[in-house]
Amino acid sequence: MNPLLTLTASELAGMLDAGEVSAREVAQVHLDRIAEVDGDVQAFLALDPERALATADRIDDQRGNGEEVGPLAGIPLAVKDIFTYTGLPTTAGSRILEGWHPPYNATITQRLLDAGLVILGKTNLDEFAMGSSTENSGYTTTHNPWDLTRIPGGSGGGSAAALAAFEAPLAIGTDTGGSIRQPASVTGTVGVKPTYGATSRYGVVAMASSLDTPGPCARTVLDAALLHQVIAGWDPRDSTSINAPVPDVVGAARRAEVKGLRIGVVKEFGGEGYQPGVERRFQEALGVLEGLGAEIVEVSCPHFDYALATYYLIMPAEVSSNLARFDAMRYGLRVGDDGTRSAEEVMNLTRGQGFGEEVKRRIILGTYALSSGYYDAYYGSAQKVRTLILRDFEAAFERVDVLVSPSTPTTAFPIGERVDDPLAMYKADLCTIPSNLAGNAAASFPCGLSPDDGLPVGFQVMAPPLADDRVYLVGAALEAELGRRWGGLLLDQLAAKEALA
Amino acid sequence: MALTAADVGRLAELARISLTPEELAHLAPQLEVILESVAQVAQVATADVPPTSHALPLTNVFRDDVVAESLPVDAVLAAAPAAQDDRFRVPRILGEGA
Repeated sequence: MNPLLTLTASELAGMLDAGEVSAREVAQVHLDRIAEVDGDVQAFLALDPERALATADRIDDQRGNGEEVGPLAGIPLAVKDIFTYTGLPTTAGSRILEGWHPPYNATITQRLLDAGLVILGKTNLDEFAMGSSTENSGYTTTHNPWDLTRIPGGSGGGSAAALAAFEAPLAIGTDTGGSIRQPASVTGTVGVKPTYGATSRYGVVAMASSLDTPGPCARTVLDAALLHQVIAGWDPRDSTSINAPVPDVVGAARRAEVKGLRIGVVKEFGGEGYQPGVERRFQEALGVLEGLGAEIVEVSCPHFDYALATYYLIMPAEVSSNLARFDAMRYGLRVGDDGTRSAEEVMNLTRGQGFGEEVKRRIILGTYALSSGYYDAYYGSAQKVRTLILRDFEAAFERVDVLVSPSTPTTAFPIGERVDDPLAMYKADLCTIPSNLAGNAAASFPCGLSPDDGLPVGFQVMAPPLADDRVYLVGAALEAELGRRWGGLLLDQLAAKEALA
Repeated sequence: MALTAADVGRLAELARISLTPEELAHLAPQLEVILESVAQVAQVATADVPPTSHALPLTNVFRDDVVAESLPVDAVLAAAPAAQDDRFRVPRILGEGA
């Protein structure tokens, strides 16, 4: 493997600034890597080599002319195919949007371009970000670079796999119920769900608008923080965007200090259903943080037990409403428009053919939960439990600075294992969902390989809304100490394995 | 509660999705399992708990009422399934007898 591929984004940025390597060379090395391994990994749905190299050349020129460029200018990046980006199709992993070229850029896409990042291409996802394995993608299933027979997590499995396969040092994801954190967990990468509203949803194909949160994916905590800094901040085009300063996430990632920090372990997230190897690595990580001077206490959040059920009412309700826009009239697929059928018939046929099974399941579930006679028992009750979950968080954050848990109950499961058992699939998001319902910041960090199967385990950190810096503080402290013990990043072990093979 | 294929068919009709009989038969038992599981929210959702529709406090957002550039018509219609005379062309909306 070319040694540039295993460098972090911040290391690459240092070399670019020092003139030790050109952005073109960095981009080309990553494009070559994608050509070499993506046939097996299937992380990308579309590649954009020409524009990537042109951007890299422009950044090289700017640096050469002594112009001021951003801290991540010239760094390659992969974007989940749910952000609009002109010049490439945006499919959201759905056949109903096959070949759709958006006429505008998402705010986050535009910020990446303005910061000089080099977009290599768009990554695979479960259709409309609905799933935990990428198996619901209308195009392909992404494979986990640690074991190609296993899932890379989802919905952002493409972005996470691209990082773990050393196809890109940075990626962008969205997290509605865990779609950044669970893929990060099962691929040994870092994934952050910022506070809801801290990152713009403008130009992100909507799934559940009160939950959807774009965020950074990376191989190190500092890299994630640097990317967070680029994409976060108020956007007048998103009415739920928060008009507040972005917390100093980069400073927190550099400080990496947990001495005196009160860390609450969520009592409800462990025991039955949790893989022993996951629990073991989680407990060891707690020991590491305690050794660094953090105070570890157990905290009960009793309504977290109802979070999955609450989520599977609120999210489908919002999905059934949001996805009404795919009506075969203004963009996307249109089926059966032969002059004899009405608009409604064409709509029914198009949605029947264009949507995959999981999307249909969720739209119908949401339609049921919102229908008269069932509304109070289902959707109305779920909204009340959302209040109870918020209160659990508020009470917990009066006692502790952050909450922690495993990111997901198991390591990467085999491809195909849960496709016909939706409930089993949904349980992959058991630990991540509460932070979507409450809107607070949360992240997953690698904490080792499970001794039972040798696959990565993720450590979740949850912080109060707008205290995103705290998740970086804990993640960076954990990464630094584990790195000292392992002699590098967890992913370096995967790179070493490849070098041996 | 038992969710039949016919129930799912009615819901799919409301959601404007045409489903095959095979899909209806496949989805009905899956949806029933999911609905049974999510029904547990009613156990703790007592009358005194206020609902939350949005996790963080929201206020109305206003902007100045000034003319801004819209998306170019060509770019928008280029992505349309069918277009004619600078407009979206759609199938007939009213039935034959209307």
